[in-house]
Amino acid sequence: MTIEVRNLVKQFGSFKALDGVDLKVDNGELLALLGPSGSGKTTLLRIIAGLDWPDSGEVFFNGEDALAQGARERNVGFVFQHYALFRHMTVFENVAFGLRVQPRASRKDEATIRARVKELLDLVQLDWLADRYPSQLSGGQRQRIALARALAIEPRILLLDEPFGALDAKVRKELRRWLRSLHHEINVTSIFVTHDQEEALEVANRVVVMDKGRIEQIGSPDDVYESPATAFVHGFIGESIELPVQVEGDVIRLGDRPLNLAADGLAPGASKLFVRRHDMLVGPPGSGAFEGAVQHVRNFGPVQRAEVALSGGETIEIDAPRDRELRAGDTIGLEPRRYRIFAG
Amino acid sequence: MTMQIADSVSLPSPDARARAHAAAARDSLRTEPRAVRMTIIALAIVFLSVFVVLPLVVVFAQAFSKGILAYLSALADPEALAAIRLTLLVAAISVGLNLVFGLVAAWAIAKFEFSGKTFLITLIDLPFSVSPVISGLVFVLLFGAQGYFGSWLRDHDIQILFAVPGIALATTFVTFPFVARALIPLMQEQGTQEEEAAISLGASGLQTFFRVTLPNIKWGVLYGVLLCNARAMGEFGAVSVVSGHIRGETNTMPLLVEILYNEYQFVAAFAIASLLAMLALITLIAKTVLERHLDEGHDASDH
Amino acid sequence: MSAIAARRRTLPGFGLTMGLTLSWLSVIILIPLAGLFLKSLELSPEQFWAILSSRRTLNALRVSFGLAFAAACVNLVMGSIIVWALVRYRFPGRRLFDAIVDVPFALPTAVAGVALTALFAEKGWLGAPLAALGIKVAFTPVGIFVAMIFIGIPFVVRTVQPVLQDLDPEIEEAAGSLGASRWQTIIRVILPSLGPALLTGLALAFARAVGEYGSVIFIAGNLPNVSEIAPLLIVIRLSEFRYADATAIAVVMLVVSFVTIFAVNRLQRWAQSRIPAR
Repeated sequence: MTIEVRNLVKQFGSFKALDGVDLKVDNGELLALLGPSGSGKTTLLRIIAGLDWPDSGEVFFNGEDALAQGARERNVGFVFQHYALFRHMTVFENVAFGLRVQPRASRKDEATIRARVKELLDLVQLDWLADRYPSQLSGGQRQRIALARALAIEPRILLLDEPFGALDAKVRKELRRWLRSLHHEINVTSIFVTHDQEEALEVANRVVVMDKGRIEQIGSPDDVYESPATAFVHGFIGESIELPVQVEGDVIRLGDRPLNLAADGLAPGASKLFVRRHDMLVGPPGSGAFEGAVQHVRNFGPVQRAEVALSGGETIEIDAPRDRELRAGDTIGLEPRRYRIFAG
Repeated sequence: MTMQIADSVSLPSPDARARAHAAAARDSLRTEPRAVRMTIIALAIVFLSVFVVLPLVVVFAQAFSKGILAYLSALADPEALAAIRLTLLVAAISVGLNLVFGLVAAWAIAKFEFSGKTFLITLIDLPFSVSPVISGLVFVLLFGAQGYFGSWLRDHDIQILFAVPGIALATTFVTFPFVARALIPLMQEQGTQEEEAAISLGASGLQTFFRVTLPNIKWGVLYGVLLCNARAMGEFGAVSVVSGHIRGETNTMPLLVEILYNEYQFVAAFAIASLLAMLALITLIAKTVLERHLDEGHDASDH
Repeated sequence: MSAIAARRRTLPGFGLTMGLTLSWLSVIILIPLAGLFLKSLELSPEQFWAILSSRRTLNALRVSFGLAFAAACVNLVMGSIIVWALVRYRFPGRRLFDAIVDVPFALPTAVAGVALTALFAEKGWLGAPLAALGIKVAFTPVGIFVAMIFIGIPFVVRTVQPVLQDLDPEIEEAAGSLGASRWQTIIRVILPSLGPALLTGLALAFARAVGEYGSVIFIAGNLPNVSEIAPLLIVIRLSEFRYADATAIAVVMLVVSFVTIFAVNRLQRWAQSRIPAR
């Protein structure tokens, strides 16, 4: 199943949740919608599911107009952020629900339903919980039951809203790996929403980065990490140093100080310089584009994190390997191994 | 296992002792001298006993003052039986109507966003702030001989006032908010996610309501029906205005209490009153039980 | 609501349920109440004024409003004491007394009326000792006052109780640790936190007592100009077929109770806005 979204706009009062979103999802993809809260990612997911309606724009499933159908007809599996399990039903009945509410003509007989539910509970490895109620399950178990329930209707698309958002860090890591392998097994076109970059980069085949109702970048996890398309993406993904600079002809200035960096092809004016923390190489004073005084050093396993006051007045944090110990009071030179400059 | 429990009882751990000290310290900051405490408790108990318990006791004492036989024969009186029947009938009609309305209104108000919602809830609450007498009066003004529909009704030979329809209407007016008010906050708190999940799994609107929504609110429904029923059976002012007090025909139990009392038939009056008092007590007990269920549901959804 | 917008709601049934709600609300509540106000418009201002300013009407309104306010004040004080005892102290029978507070809600008003009358009549359990002291309760305005206290008490208790229960113990500890005496803590910290709830309870008890009929008329004596309440005067005017008089009195009472409820809503919203987000 392919999904295509064209120029979606959705406004809640004066708040623009989606501001012209275009997106194509290929068959069998596992796509992450990544962005801060309020970026419109959940709204986009809910519109694809038929739980919300856009003010304008189009949604196609395999080329067919999906907006002509309600949520009930779209045959989309939706896993809610807080799971939305039916609290008065057992785990078994929760998973069976979608099979039991089908029109009489297409409804399967009881034995088939039981077999199917059993199969799904096996798939999520929770068959031993069939008779429990949702309130008796842990967060991770509820999450997997919600997934089994969504899969019961043999959905054409699987949508997950912050699937790991309500779980603690350890369970979250386990479930990520599990979701990846599950997707590999069932191979349904899947989209999940997350605000956690690590989650998006680790689980998805392709990542869609959103901000303020717009798509900032679509690409593979490597793409969005290694070559961020916009200042927002660079700032949002990975830990970055952000410095306000001025581009004048061939020269880039930080404050009054010209930086020894190439300015080829850059538009003149106020810009932002981004460098990953670990891409700042430490050298003796005067050796790099920047110079600064070490204020404070903390050690994190293999790296040391230093707070450095640049001579331009800005204070930045860098991650340096521990082969050369830094001490507060040292004056050091810094050279960015890689950097990007965005206008604005 | 048992050893462990015995240990922990006889020798509180340092931790537990520290907690006990902390609790004591907190209490001393947050309480009053013993004399003040005792006075406040005594005032509360005396006030509630005089103003609430004693009237309740008086009802039963008066009802049985001439012995159990007099009590039973008062209840077996045809007029009493007619009043009981009418009360049950009227309560069934108005509770039934308000149950359906309450479910419908709560669905519209709790599951959807629209402007003017607060105003609509205020309108539903109106009957709570209208004097019972006025609740009866408005129907007299509509359907009475000089009322807006009075002559039309007379021409078509339809009797509303001084008959069952009028009594049922006035009772429905008075008990209008109970079910809706019990359900709206409950359903708002539960949100729409379970319903959305059901719809996305292919359930129809009715399937969603009966299989997902209703099981979640069943204690709330019972709670609303219980309070609605208590008020419907006990309503006096509104019914008094529209009933016409036709003996054996339009007298509900509370109206019969009044009539018997004014005729100095105290045993009979209090016998009927004792039935209504028992209804009130049963309602209170059931209400306490239901509130516990509702709290549990609340806790379960807290995770 | 246009068809497209209705279809675009996720859950079904909004149009249907909203339509039914509004229709049923109109038939049972709005049209009857509107009828009352329409009827009152048939009166000229002079007629309206003449009815209201007649001695008997004025006295009935004075009895209803005056005694209801006095009873609500008693309820405010006694209700606060009861809430404090129920929430803060442990004593035998606490849960039972907690449940008993609701009796005036649940007991049919006619039953309450005959019971209070029997209790406070000259030969009653409480009436006899009071009569020995020279205090006559039943069939006097004092009786009305007593009945109004009875029906108003749960309103104060049930509005204030949850607020006191939810009051964060830390604010009292903070006050204590800053050197406030217990009394200062109660007056300066706890009471202001309970303020909106106390006022709401007062207003609800007042509104209920003003309109009360069943529990009052038996004990009142119903002497015109002395112990005749406004709702009873409405019933009397109706039985005399003086609909205009009944309507005029009813409109005045309705307007007052709507204003009270409006004030309560405002108060609640104001109190909500004072609660800091957690």
